[in-house]
Amino acid sequence: MHGGRFALVAIAVVAAGLLVAKLGFNQYYYFAAYVVLQYVVLATAWNILGGYTGYVNFGTPAFFALGAYTAVVLIKSMKAPLLAQLVAGAAVSGVLGLAIGYLTLRLRGVFFSIATLALAVVLQTMFVNWEYTGGARGFSVARPATAPLVGNYVQFLFVVMLALAVVAVATARWIERSWIGRGLAAIRDNEEAAECMGVPTLRLKLVATTVSGLLMGLAGAPFPYYVTFVEPTSVFDLNYAVNSLAMPMIGGTSTWMGPVVGAVLLGTAQQVATVTISSALNLLLVGVILVAFVILAPEGIVGLVRRLARRGRS
Amino acid sequence: MSADAFLDVQAVTKRFGGFQALTAVSLRIRQGERFGLIGPNGSGKTTLINCISGTLHADGGRILFEDRDITTLPAYRRTRLGIARSFQIPKPFTSMTALDNLRIPIEYARAGHHDGVVDEAMGILGQVGLAAKAHVLSAALTQIEMRKLELARAMAARPKLLVSDEAMAGLSSGEVDDILAILFQLNQRGITIIMIEHIMRAVMRFSERIAVLDAGEKIAEGRPEEILANERVERAYLGE
Amino acid sequence: MFSLDLLLNALVAGILLGGFYAAVSLGISIAFGLLDIVNIAHPVFVVLGSYAVYIMNARFAFDPIVTGVLFTPVFYALGVVLYRVYYASFERKGAESLRGLVFFFGVLFIVEVSLLLAFGVDYRLVEARYIGESLHIGPVGLAFRLLVPCAVGVVLTGALYLFLSKTFYGRAIQAVAQDAFALRLMGANPFKVKDVAFGVAMATASLAGALLIMIGPVEPAMNREYIGRVFAVTVLGGMGSVGGTLAAALILGIAESLTATFSGPSWSVAVSFGVLLLALAVRPAGLFGR
Repeated sequence: MHGGRFALVAIAVVAAGLLVAKLGFNQYYYFAAYVVLQYVVLATAWNILGGYTGYVNFGTPAFFALGAYTAVVLIKSMKAPLLAQLVAGAAVSGVLGLAIGYLTLRLRGVFFSIATLALAVVLQTMFVNWEYTGGARGFSVARPATAPLVGNYVQFLFVVMLALAVVAVATARWIERSWIGRGLAAIRDNEEAAECMGVPTLRLKLVATTVSGLLMGLAGAPFPYYVTFVEPTSVFDLNYAVNSLAMPMIGGTSTWMGPVVGAVLLGTAQQVATVTISSALNLLLVGVILVAFVILAPEGIVGLVRRLARRGRS
Repeated sequence: MSADAFLDVQAVTKRFGGFQALTAVSLRIRQGERFGLIGPNGSGKTTLINCISGTLHADGGRILFEDRDITTLPAYRRTRLGIARSFQIPKPFTSMTALDNLRIPIEYARAGHHDGVVDEAMGILGQVGLAAKAHVLSAALTQIEMRKLELARAMAARPKLLVSDEAMAGLSSGEVDDILAILFQLNQRGITIIMIEHIMRAVMRFSERIAVLDAGEKIAEGRPEEILANERVERAYLGE
Repeated sequence: MFSLDLLLNALVAGILLGGFYAAVSLGISIAFGLLDIVNIAHPVFVVLGSYAVYIMNARFAFDPIVTGVLFTPVFYALGVVLYRVYYASFERKGAESLRGLVFFFGVLFIVEVSLLLAFGVDYRLVEARYIGESLHIGPVGLAFRLLVPCAVGVVLTGALYLFLSKTFYGRAIQAVAQDAFALRLMGANPFKVKDVAFGVAMATASLAGALLIMIGPVEPAMNREYIGRVFAVTVLGGMGSVGGTLAAALILGIAESLTATFSGPSWSVAVSFGVLLLALAVRPAGLFGR
């Protein structure tokens, strides 16, 4: 999709979202759509480091939760507006990404992955013990009474998350097509060779972890207003870890479209499923599908479609 | 800078756990020289190249390039200073086409604006005989084509010093001559070349000077005819 | 509030805990240390072993250690199956390590959620005559629930050490880590050797699971606390060195015990993270590394 055309589509999407929000459908749909859009951001963010660079982050909850808790701190301490929460949440999680990258990216990729796993556990422990944000009991947040542009605040959050999704996808797309993206791909394909061909591998990896963390924090910042009650178990939920990984793997990791396809498909399916089956069974299915795709269809849906299209052409 | 010391390797040592891979290896290579590096398998040739290119960090000794101490510089900085190498076991960027493989060094190894990247890459591919495969996924190339891509990629970095690590392994006699011709051409343009090879006739024809490694030590250095006549070299290859 | 008694007890508890940590880490020491397979699902299989012990104990009043030993062949078979899937899907094709890692994460996930579905989030524990008691030597109390797992952990480490250094397959496993090609020249099949090795690694999870539920109650999500621990121990101990694993496990156990006693128990998980980072930064080859 060409740059100009992409921009037009992006604007159209946000405009359509605003329209949908103003039309005032059943509230449930906005809640559900918010979750799916949140996953678009998380999956896209994950893929910048995972699919583009080849480094697996198992600790999405850490970055997501940090964004959410940063917003909580801002709300509690100074009743900061949503925009400030977004900026702060993104910044703090971005710094976390930079820090964890700096500590572990000079080593083998597997140690980075294990560190992200441990990170989520450690951060959860921290917040369970931090009374200021409610500790294990949690923290209640009052949603603002009025919302700009649209009817109520939930609809507003839906539009916000839609805009964030567009930002995330645009960022991923820009990276993918730029010299940075080519450098990241070289690192993924063969880091040793990339380094010898002049690619500053550590620096680029740090860029990837920072941007990835930043976007995840961005997804987490509106969460307190969305859910109105923030406590560690829900904000560090396993769902975030497995979904942000499964959605790109299923959708396709080599391009920005993969995480979007994966998030929309899997996210929507899960929203439908949670009404009918238990949340644990839902997770189990995701796990099974993930393993199936990793073994049988590693290029994901987008890759499969491309391959079939190429075969059809020849 | 004395003409003698374009690349000055001073008593480089490298250990892997308990295994001593290199013991105080020294080399002085002149600018514009054609230098051969030979030795039996496992003698440490690739380890030495890894230390020079920055893939590995030496445990002891120093390495100077154009009078600049590069011993602790990361590999990508050394590439930008002008050192490029090919890998003995090809390491192509598997998700990219042959052409795109060359974009990486063109865009990263050299400073300044990059116009005509594609044209330049096509040109280099043509030189190694891979022009027809420019848009083939590098993972789908044959072993021999991958070796040529390795060399092309190193060339694309526009190096001052090029290290060719067994670029000719498995090639036919005619193909060996082709690669040799390319290396001679590059050298005529002023590029210093270190050649690691097992194909003796190529090394002997190409090199102005040759160093011989055995079990991590330099056991001989000199002109090709001197090396051929050296008994210790003969023993290293053939055993006692 | 510092007292010598407290310190002494914390140290001893740490040592005992360390012996147990060795038992849990041995599987990773082999799988990751020697075979370079990043099996982050190993701890969840340990937890699976704990649940097997729980069932056998609740239904048939089986002793935990007996169950642990009994199920070892089952876990060995599980390990072999898992390795063959991994080999066919990734190792043989030389696929990027990203996919192998995600594969094991998926397996981890499937096992954890299955346990969740089967048993719920409640903690399960095990009853045995000796678990509630303790031995007292002067001011130091040695709880049996820590002492027995430690002892078994040490024995298991010793057994594995003998296996790796004295038997043909054991030596072949150590060799395949260094040079698969040379191994082939000696008439051993690298695939078969890795097959056995991974099976053995997974087999240790059975007994380790029995020890885990002896130390305290278990619930499915516990496996995640242990991922950091087992990798910290494996790296600190020097990849694939069984003796190193025991030493590193003792160090970790003591560090965690001291932290839990003087800073609070919830921080002990962070200790393994810190130990791992420290080990990677300072001595990536570990204490006894190759």
